[in-house]
Amino acid sequence: MAETFDAVADIIADVCNIDRSELQPESHTINDLGIDSLDFLDVTFAIDKRFGIKLPIERWMQDVNEGKVAAEHYFILKNLCDRIDELVAAKGA
Amino acid sequence: MRIDYFQLIDAVEEFAPTEGRIRCRATVPETSTIFEGHFPGYPIMPGVLLVESMAQTSGHLLLASNGFSRMPFLAEIKTAKLRSFVQPGTALSVTAILEHEGSGYAVTRGRIELAGKAIAEAELRFRTMPFPSDAFRDLMRDHARRLGVQ
Repeated sequence: MAETFDAVADIIADVCNIDRSELQPESHTINDLGIDSLDFLDVTFAIDKRFGIKLPIERWMQDVNEGKVAAEHYFILKNLCDRIDELVAAKGA
Repeated sequence: MRIDYFQLIDAVEEFAPTEGRIRCRATVPETSTIFEGHFPGYPIMPGVLLVESMAQTSGHLLLASNGFSRMPFLAEIKTAKLRSFVQPGTALSVTAILEHEGSGYAVTRGRIELAGKAIAEAELRFRTMPFPSDAFRDLMRDHARRLGVQ
Protein backbone atom coordinates (compact mmCIF):
# COMPACT_ATOMS: atom_id res chain seq x y z
CA MET A 1 0.00 0.00 0.00
CA ALA A 2 2.71 2.52 1.00
CA GLU A 3 4.66 1.70 -2.13
CA THR A 4 1.54 2.09 -4.27
CA PHE A 5 0.66 5.35 -2.59
CA ASP A 6 4.13 6.76 -3.22
CA ALA A 7 3.98 5.79 -6.89
CA VAL A 8 0.46 7.19 -7.38
CA ALA A 9 1.25 10.38 -5.50
CA ASP A 10 4.37 10.90 -7.60
CA ILE A 11 2.29 10.44 -10.75
CA ILE A 12 -0.41 12.88 -9.64
CA ALA A 13 2.13 15.48 -8.50
CA ASP A 14 3.94 15.24 -11.82
CA VAL A 15 0.94 15.10 -14.14
CA CYS A 16 -1.24 17.64 -12.34
CA ASN A 17 1.53 19.95 -11.15
CA ILE A 18 0.45 19.58 -7.53
CA ASP A 19 2.90 19.94 -4.66
CA ARG A 20 3.73 16.40 -3.55
CA SER A 21 3.32 17.39 0.12
CA GLU A 22 -0.36 18.15 -0.50
CA LEU A 23 -1.07 14.55 -1.39
CA GLN A 24 -2.27 12.59 1.60
CA PRO A 25 -3.92 9.16 1.79
CA GLU A 26 -7.19 10.87 2.73
CA SER A 27 -7.08 13.30 -0.20
CA HIS A 28 -10.02 13.14 -2.58
CA THR A 29 -8.74 13.36 -6.14
CA ILE A 30 -11.61 15.60 -7.27
CA ASN A 31 -12.94 17.41 -4.21
CA ASP A 32 -9.60 18.10 -2.51
CA LEU A 33 -7.09 18.07 -5.34
CA GLY A 34 -9.34 19.47 -8.07
CA ILE A 35 -8.07 17.08 -10.72
CA ASP A 36 -10.18 17.63 -13.83
CA SER A 37 -11.22 14.93 -16.26
CA LEU A 38 -8.44 15.57 -18.76
CA ASP A 39 -5.72 15.47 -16.12
CA PHE A 40 -7.38 12.38 -14.71
CA LEU A 41 -7.08 10.77 -18.14
CA ASP A 42 -3.34 11.42 -18.01
CA VAL A 43 -3.12 10.11 -14.44
CA THR A 44 -5.02 6.98 -15.47
CA PHE A 45 -2.70 6.40 -18.42
CA ALA A 46 0.36 6.80 -16.20
CA ILE A 47 -1.09 4.39 -13.60
CA ASP A 48 -2.06 1.86 -16.29
CA LYS A 49 1.49 1.95 -17.64
CA ARG A 50 3.23 1.98 -14.25
CA PHE A 51 1.30 -1.02 -12.87
CA GLY A 52 0.53 -2.87 -16.11
CA ILE A 53 -3.21 -2.75 -15.46
CA LYS A 54 -6.30 -1.12 -16.92
CA LEU A 55 -8.15 0.98 -14.39
CA PRO A 56 -11.85 0.34 -15.11
CA ILE A 57 -12.76 4.00 -14.75
CA GLU A 58 -15.92 3.76 -16.84
CA ARG A 59 -17.30 0.91 -14.74
CA TRP A 60 -16.39 2.76 -11.56
CA MET A 61 -18.17 5.88 -12.77
CA GLN A 62 -21.20 3.81 -13.68
CA ASP A 63 -21.20 2.25 -10.21
CA VAL A 64 -21.06 5.70 -8.64
CA ASN A 65 -23.71 7.19 -10.92
CA GLU A 66 -26.06 4.27 -10.23
CA GLY A 67 -25.55 4.72 -6.50
CA LYS A 68 -24.02 1.29 -6.03
CA VAL A 69 -20.83 2.64 -4.53
CA ALA A 70 -19.79 5.95 -3.01
CA ALA A 71 -17.32 7.94 -5.08
CA GLU A 72 -14.93 7.87 -2.13
CA HIS A 73 -14.54 4.11 -2.62
CA TYR A 74 -12.56 4.84 -5.77
CA PHE A 75 -11.41 8.41 -5.64
CA ILE A 76 -9.89 8.89 -2.19
CA LEU A 77 -6.21 8.22 -2.69
CA LYS A 78 -5.81 5.44 -0.14
CA ASN A 79 -8.88 3.68 -1.59
CA LEU A 80 -7.67 4.22 -5.14
CA CYS A 81 -4.40 2.57 -4.10
CA ASP A 82 -6.32 -0.35 -2.62
CA ARG A 83 -8.20 -0.76 -5.92
CA ILE A 84 -4.89 -0.66 -7.79
CA ASP A 85 -3.41 -3.30 -5.49
CA GLU A 86 -6.48 -5.48 -6.09
CA LEU A 87 -6.10 -5.15 -9.86
CA VAL A 88 -2.39 -5.93 -9.69
CA ALA A 89 -3.10 -8.99 -7.51
CA ALA A 90 -5.85 -10.15 -9.89
CA LYS A 91 -3.46 -9.80 -12.81
CA GLY A 92 -0.90 -12.03 -11.13
CA ALA A 93 -3.46 -14.64 -10.01
CA MET B 1 -7.84 15.07 -49.08
CA ARG B 2 -11.14 16.98 -48.90
CA ILE B 3 -9.54 19.69 -46.91
CA ASP B 4 -12.53 22.03 -46.94
CA TYR B 5 -14.68 19.27 -45.41
CA PHE B 6 -12.00 18.46 -42.87
CA GLN B 7 -11.70 14.95 -44.31
CA LEU B 8 -7.95 14.64 -44.57
CA ILE B 9 -7.51 10.94 -45.32
CA ASP B 10 -7.87 9.63 -48.88
CA ALA B 11 -7.50 5.90 -48.36
CA VAL B 12 -6.47 3.25 -45.89
CA GLU B 13 -3.54 1.41 -47.43
CA GLU B 14 -2.71 -1.00 -44.62
CA PHE B 15 -4.56 -2.06 -41.49
CA ALA B 16 -2.96 -4.51 -39.08
CA PRO B 17 -5.41 -4.83 -36.16
CA THR B 18 -3.36 -7.38 -34.24
CA GLU B 19 -0.38 -5.05 -34.33
CA GLY B 20 -2.54 -2.00 -33.62
CA ARG B 21 -1.30 -0.19 -36.70
CA ILE B 22 -2.79 1.57 -39.71
CA ARG B 23 -1.28 3.40 -42.68
CA CYS B 24 -3.22 5.85 -44.77
CA ARG B 25 -2.66 7.97 -47.87
CA ALA B 26 -3.37 11.69 -47.71
CA THR B 27 -2.66 13.92 -50.68
CA VAL B 28 -2.69 17.63 -50.06
CA PRO B 29 -4.81 19.38 -52.73
CA GLU B 30 -3.15 21.63 -55.27
CA THR B 31 -5.55 24.44 -54.51
CA SER B 32 -7.58 25.49 -51.49
CA THR B 33 -8.73 28.77 -50.01
CA ILE B 34 -6.61 27.79 -47.01
CA PHE B 35 -3.48 28.34 -49.09
CA GLU B 36 -4.64 31.81 -50.05
CA GLY B 37 -4.15 32.81 -46.45
CA HIS B 38 -1.50 30.33 -45.34
CA PHE B 39 0.47 32.00 -46.81
CA PRO B 40 -0.11 34.48 -49.65
CA GLY B 41 2.46 33.62 -52.31
CA TYR B 42 3.97 30.88 -50.17
CA PRO B 43 1.39 28.12 -49.68
CA ILE B 44 2.16 25.48 -47.07
CA MET B 45 -0.05 23.01 -45.26
CA PRO B 46 -0.93 24.34 -41.78
CA GLY B 47 0.78 22.35 -39.06
CA VAL B 48 -2.46 21.90 -37.14
CA LEU B 49 -3.89 20.12 -40.18
CA LEU B 50 -0.90 17.79 -40.24
CA VAL B 51 -1.67 16.98 -36.60
CA GLU B 52 -5.34 16.56 -37.51
CA SER B 53 -4.43 14.12 -40.27
CA MET B 54 -2.59 12.00 -37.68
CA ALA B 55 -5.62 12.30 -35.39
CA GLN B 56 -7.99 11.17 -38.15
CA THR B 57 -5.70 8.28 -39.03
CA SER B 58 -5.66 7.31 -35.35
CA GLY B 59 -9.43 7.62 -35.27
CA HIS B 60 -9.81 5.18 -38.14
CA LEU B 61 -7.46 2.79 -36.35
CA LEU B 62 -9.48 2.97 -33.13
CA LEU B 63 -12.84 2.66 -34.89
CA ALA B 64 -11.73 -0.33 -36.94
CA SER B 65 -10.17 -1.93 -33.87
CA ASN B 66 -13.26 -1.57 -31.70
CA GLY B 67 -15.70 -2.59 -34.43
CA PHE B 68 -17.33 0.85 -34.47
CA SER B 69 -18.63 0.34 -30.95
CA ARG B 70 -17.17 3.59 -29.63
CA MET B 71 -16.32 6.94 -31.17
CA PRO B 72 -12.89 8.43 -30.48
CA PHE B 73 -12.71 12.18 -29.89
CA LEU B 74 -9.37 13.95 -29.82
CA ALA B 75 -8.72 15.07 -26.26
CA GLU B 76 -5.06 15.90 -26.04
CA ILE B 77 -2.05 16.55 -28.25
CA LYS B 78 0.65 15.45 -25.88
CA THR B 79 3.60 16.10 -28.15
CA ALA B 80 3.89 17.12 -31.76
CA LYS B 81 6.87 17.73 -34.00
CA LEU B 82 6.48 19.37 -37.38
CA ARG B 83 9.75 18.71 -39.13
CA SER B 84 9.25 19.94 -42.69
CA PHE B 85 7.02 22.24 -44.70
CA VAL B 86 4.43 20.48 -46.83
CA GLN B 87 3.49 22.06 -50.16
CA PRO B 88 0.19 21.69 -52.05
CA GLY B 89 0.02 18.52 -54.10
CA THR B 90 2.21 16.48 -51.76
CA ALA B 91 1.23 12.81 -51.28
CA LEU B 92 1.73 11.90 -47.63
CA SER B 93 1.86 8.56 -45.87
CA VAL B 94 0.22 8.79 -42.45
CA THR B 95 0.68 6.03 -39.89
CA ALA B 96 -0.92 5.55 -36.48
CA ILE B 97 0.05 3.03 -33.84
CA LEU B 98 -2.05 2.15 -30.81
CA GLU B 99 0.07 2.81 -27.76
CA HIS B 100 -2.54 1.97 -25.12
CA GLU B 101 -6.26 1.37 -24.92
CA GLY B 102 -7.65 2.22 -21.52
CA SER B 103 -11.10 2.48 -20.02
CA GLY B 104 -12.77 5.29 -21.94
CA TYR B 105 -9.59 6.55 -23.53
CA ALA B 106 -6.85 5.58 -25.95
CA VAL B 107 -3.33 6.75 -26.71
CA THR B 108 -1.80 6.66 -30.18
CA ARG B 109 1.37 7.70 -31.93
CA GLY B 110 1.05 9.28 -35.34
CA ARG B 111 3.70 9.78 -37.96
CA ILE B 112 3.69 11.41 -41.38
CA GLU B 113 6.25 10.45 -43.98
CA LEU B 114 7.14 11.64 -47.43
CA ALA B 115 9.28 9.23 -49.44
CA GLY B 116 10.35 7.52 -46.22
CA LYS B 117 11.37 10.75 -44.53
CA ALA B 118 9.63 11.84 -41.33
CA ILE B 119 7.59 14.99 -41.82
CA ALA B 120 5.71 15.07 -38.52
CA GLU B 121 5.07 13.01 -35.39
CA ALA B 122 2.63 13.28 -32.52
CA GLU B 123 1.44 11.51 -29.41
CA LEU B 124 -2.33 11.84 -29.23
CA ARG B 125 -4.90 10.99 -26.61
CA PHE B 126 -8.56 10.33 -27.26
CA ARG B 127 -11.68 9.92 -25.23
CA THR B 128 -13.63 6.95 -26.53
CA MET B 129 -17.36 7.20 -25.99
CA PRO B 130 -20.52 5.43 -27.07
CA PHE B 131 -21.83 6.85 -30.34
CA PRO B 132 -24.42 9.57 -29.70
CA SER B 133 -26.68 7.92 -32.28
CA ASP B 134 -26.87 4.92 -34.58
CA ALA B 135 -27.07 7.27 -37.56
CA PHE B 136 -23.73 8.84 -36.62
CA ARG B 137 -22.15 5.39 -36.28
CA ASP B 138 -23.50 4.36 -39.68
CA LEU B 139 -22.07 7.51 -41.27
CA MET B 140 -18.66 6.82 -39.76
CA ARG B 141 -18.80 3.20 -40.88
CA ASP B 142 -19.75 4.20 -44.43
CA HIS B 143 -16.98 6.77 -44.53
CA ALA B 144 -14.43 4.23 -43.31
CA ARG B 145 -15.66 1.71 -45.88
CA ARG B 146 -15.13 4.25 -48.66
CA LEU B 147 -11.57 4.71 -47.41
CA GLY B 148 -10.95 0.99 -47.58
CA VAL B 149 -11.51 -0.20 -44.01
CA GLN B 150 -13.30 -3.53 -44.16
